[in-house]
Amino acid sequence: MMRFNNAGSRDTRSGFGEGLLEAGRQNQDIVALCADLTGSLKMDQFAREFPDRFFQVGIAEANMMGIAAGLTIGGKIPFTGTFANFSTGRVYDQIRQSIAYSAKNVKICASHAGVTLGEDGATHQGLEDMGLMRMLPNMTVISPCDFNQTRAATLAIAKFKGPVYLRFGRPKWPNFTPVNEEFIIGKAQVMTEGNDVSIFATGHMVWNALHAAEALLEKGISAEVINIHTIKPLDEKTVLQSVHKTGCAVSAEEHMRNGGLGELLAQTFTRNHPIPMEMIAVNDLFGESGKPEELLRKFNLDIPDIVQAAVKAFSRKKG
Amino acid sequence: MHTIKDLENIATQVRRDILRMVHGASSGHVGGPMGCADFLTALYFDTMQPDPAAFTIDGKGEDLFFLSNGHLSAGWYSVLARYGYFKTSELATFRKLGSRLQGHPATAEGLPGIRISSGSLGQGLSVAIGAALAKKLNQDEHLVYCLLGDGELEEGQNWEALMFAAGHKVDNLIATIDYNGKQIEGPVDEVMPLGDLEAKIASFGWKVLNMMGNDMNDVTATLKKAQWFTGQGQPVMLLAHTHMGSGVDFMTDNHEWHGVPPNDDQLARALGQLEETLGDY
Repeated sequence: MMRFNNAGSRDTRSGFGEGLLEAGRQNQDIVALCADLTGSLKMDQFAREFPDRFFQVGIAEANMMGIAAGLTIGGKIPFTGTFANFSTGRVYDQIRQSIAYSAKNVKICASHAGVTLGEDGATHQGLEDMGLMRMLPNMTVISPCDFNQTRAATLAIAKFKGPVYLRFGRPKWPNFTPVNEEFIIGKAQVMTEGNDVSIFATGHMVWNALHAAEALLEKGISAEVINIHTIKPLDEKTVLQSVHKTGCAVSAEEHMRNGGLGELLAQTFTRNHPIPMEMIAVNDLFGESGKPEELLRKFNLDIPDIVQAAVKAFSRKKG
Repeated sequence: MHTIKDLENIATQVRRDILRMVHGASSGHVGGPMGCADFLTALYFDTMQPDPAAFTIDGKGEDLFFLSNGHLSAGWYSVLARYGYFKTSELATFRKLGSRLQGHPATAEGLPGIRISSGSLGQGLSVAIGAALAKKLNQDEHLVYCLLGDGELEEGQNWEALMFAAGHKVDNLIATIDYNGKQIEGPVDEVMPLGDLEAKIASFGWKVLNMMGNDMNDVTATLKKAQWFTGQGQPVMLLAHTHMGSGVDFMTDNHEWHGVPPNDDQLARALGQLEETLGDY
């Protein structure tokens, strides 16, 4: 039986919206900026409750990042909101110089990450964002797995000093982690223990990985599922402990393989404990229009893909 | 209280510092900072008069300055040192390994007076707007100043920032454009014509004032006038009509001096035109 039950699917962006509102109530230094996507980012309640602390920047993301950096000078804690693509690639140099290099306490909050954005297609599907952000010194990169965890992560980054990239998505998605579970930045979560293969997943893919583990059990393979909700800094200790036990690994992410979680883990294993590894990720392709579930299938990010990858990693270990 | 003559003497020494720093590093920019030496001197020694000992990154309770055209670093560092943020002897480390005086301003090394990194162009006005908004939220009556280059206006982010500041009535902000008409590759109007800059910025909703940027009387007077226009629902823009390389005849108005260090002979000739008013570092 699944240890994790879906308490009712909700979008992770709404978890962000609730977390932001709660953080804003707790700390009046928290301010928010949005580039004409207040509703999409679920920042509207914050904007209504704290109109003086909310800044509509218009469709001008570069300016938004600069203003956010400036607001920290004066002790404010700015949360910027737009889609993952426009939160990173579009404004990379602004983030690099004015936020990361300058070590400013800006929280870059990015919705509609990955292919599950759906019908808008490749122009809006951020698949390179985590890679771009994790290359920047000083940057913390967080990718929570469901509504509850995104809410908790939002509250956690509000109390954390330093630049943070927080990634979440658009679709309604199973909500399965406990309400009000503490979010510990930099701590990987062992979701289910196992002995034969480690599955490291992030974001929406954690749910798929848990289902894959169920299917693997029926094949006689005991999978350990670990939620890497903090991409940077990576919890190397937990990750290495797991593969020392299982001896092989699968990564699963709704992101480009180049620059993604899988590449990060492979680098960690190569330096510390080389093992067979398979990667579930988008492989050097742009996304396209479609329904989220269709796109997950098309780009081989679905539950059967993870199962297949785990079987392969497991067999490579034996071979 | 500094007289105009005092301020002119400081600016002359700042020009000497710029030339010696860039010569000492065999790299850096002299033309822009020499053109802005009068403005930067007036801003610190007359207009803002901040307390260097009380410096914090947050800058609560004091006027703030942001240098968007970060390649004017030598000029800013000289003014900061001459004003008392750090010892003038540190100017000799400019652009050298281990220095707090990075090629372009940075916060990572903890140099007092610097609150954000700049150098990649087009970002400073947005930052200044953010700092000005924070001052409003903190009910801090102090002002925020920002210096931009005219060539820098080719970066689109500036125009996003110009729109925002007027639209959100950021009226505790005084920005200045170093309107010397020169950039690395030549006259700005040949690289990318700015057109009627004053009309453009005014049409965005800013109060625009013109300033003879190398006339200390006019610089101090225009900065006072700009302060008077703050708090009236509009951001204020000063168009500083300056001369790149001002102070040394063979450098003045010559875009070739944007980013080239003087050789030994050129340094000697240049320093011969600038009296050592406060003592070299």
